[in-house]
Amino acid sequence: MHPAFSVIFLTTLIGVGQGLFLAIYTGEVYGTLDLLPAQSHNFYVTGSMLALIFLVAGLVASFFHLGHPERAWRSASQWRTSWLSREVIVLPAVIGAILVYGLVHLLGLKLTLFGFNTGLDNDLSLILGSGGTLVTFLLFLCTGMIYACIKFLKEWASPLTVINYTLLGLASGFLLAAALAAILAPALVQFYVVWTIIITISGLVTRIASLVRNARLKPQSNLKTAIGIRHGKIQQRSQGQMGGSFNTREFFHGAPDWFFRNIKWVFLVLVFVVPVILISLAMGNSGFLILVVAFVTQYIGLIAERWFFFAQANHPQNLYYQTVG
Amino acid sequence: MSQLALVIDLNVCVGCHACVTSCKEWNTSGVAGALSDDRPYGEQPTGTFFNRVQTFEVGEYPNTETVHFPKSCLHCEDPPCVPVCPTGASYKREEDGIVLVDYDKCIGCKYCSWACPYGAREIDEHQKVMKKCTLCVDRIYDQNLPEAERKPACVLACPTSARLFGDVHDPESVVSKAIREEGGYQLMPEWGTQPANHYLPRRKTRIQIHMDELVRADNPLKKEGPTVKPGLDEPSLDDVTSW
Repeated sequence: MHPAFSVIFLTTLIGVGQGLFLAIYTGEVYGTLDLLPAQSHNFYVTGSMLALIFLVAGLVASFFHLGHPERAWRSASQWRTSWLSREVIVLPAVIGAILVYGLVHLLGLKLTLFGFNTGLDNDLSLILGSGGTLVTFLLFLCTGMIYACIKFLKEWASPLTVINYTLLGLASGFLLAAALAAILAPALVQFYVVWTIIITISGLVTRIASLVRNARLKPQSNLKTAIGIRHGKIQQRSQGQMGGSFNTREFFHGAPDWFFRNIKWVFLVLVFVVPVILISLAMGNSGFLILVVAFVTQYIGLIAERWFFFAQANHPQNLYYQTVG
Repeated sequence: MSQLALVIDLNVCVGCHACVTSCKEWNTSGVAGALSDDRPYGEQPTGTFFNRVQTFEVGEYPNTETVHFPKSCLHCEDPPCVPVCPTGASYKREEDGIVLVDYDKCIGCKYCSWACPYGAREIDEHQKVMKKCTLCVDRIYDQNLPEAERKPACVLACPTSARLFGDVHDPESVVSKAIREEGGYQLMPEWGTQPANHYLPRRKTRIQIHMDELVRADNPLKKEGPTVKPGLDEPSLDDVTSW
């Protein structure tokens, strides 16, 4: 498949936003249970704001993928059958949930607003945050399933697609949360850094699992089934056009072979190895700068990862477009 | 429910591209507006087509066969491109099984083209909507046309009648008979899409003639002795009643 940067930015940016919100909310839950020092509203408000910026940026990027962005509202209608339609509904729901969560912290609203007195300082935000957590995980599911549900794109049609989208989003979000905590909540840096390492290494395991799986895939379609002629030797002589078409542009990555072969090593180093080394260094001291460098490195790596994710998928229609002549 | 479809005879197709050009001509002149056609006589010509004729070489030289293979939307009975559409622009008609795109609802996200294993959908780079074969839905029901012309443009254009059009759910239709009797098959059956369009395979047509069939063995006049062989300009025995 041809990797479109609009979709690469959409999936990576909303991954960061989702992961960041989940990190912030996890911190709040731990704080409520006295497992970690509770933080001021300021940390949660800033964290939510930052998560919103990433999610909205992802949403904006997605519009560049559409031929008719002005009709995008229609895409919420087919949620019964289409994972893309479900994502279109869940993404604004996540943005709305995080916006409300941030506002509740900003205004210091509590459940006493509705006449309940729980004695907790952040009872309302805890409830709203749990709803936000639910839709955030739903969004990971929807985004992953958009790709995993196309059964003949065998590189994508696997639960590993959803798992990788989730873990890589979480890793980048927790890493950004660690950087944010280095300024606003130094007591949480250690917590976020440890979780970033755990999630990043889990992501490394599942991403390698999917690389290994994809390397062993045997294509189910071949020229014999594509044109229905049972013969061992079939070659295309002409694809019916000389200058290319949508079929030759959309379904081939078009990058040089050396680039395609090496990009997976690039993203494995940038997404997993470099950030883990950098944040291990930051563990002792709450080094803001080193965490930001680790985050930016990982994000660049994620762009390469997503590029490879698309480029690696080999569409069966490519069988029909092998030779110009 | 009926299911309109094309049956394409690979034994007969000569690869002349008449179906491609007549399809483009008909569909670029329709109410949906022109199909893109960029730099048709320049470098890197490109555009949107509903139908392509591809050519494959089967076997090893010198024992090869050239197979011309016209490819358009197969109007699957279980079309994978329809459920993935987020707007409902892609749909399959209940009444005749044609898979269509509502160009006024399509947002041009290209997701349906990813979900089609045959590469049958092509985006229109100018209108920014997904387009595909409509089985000439704007012509096959047109009461202003003589009944013989209420067929897709490609079918009418084919000089060798390699393209048949009809209802594959009607066992007595010309397409059902062709599929049944000539070994019609579907493309990429492994994905369970059940394409409505079928292809008829290459087949060898030979007649078996034995020596005794070259010489007339029967004796319709019941006469003894050798029958008289008529001269070349005389009527033959078969025409005996016309004497």
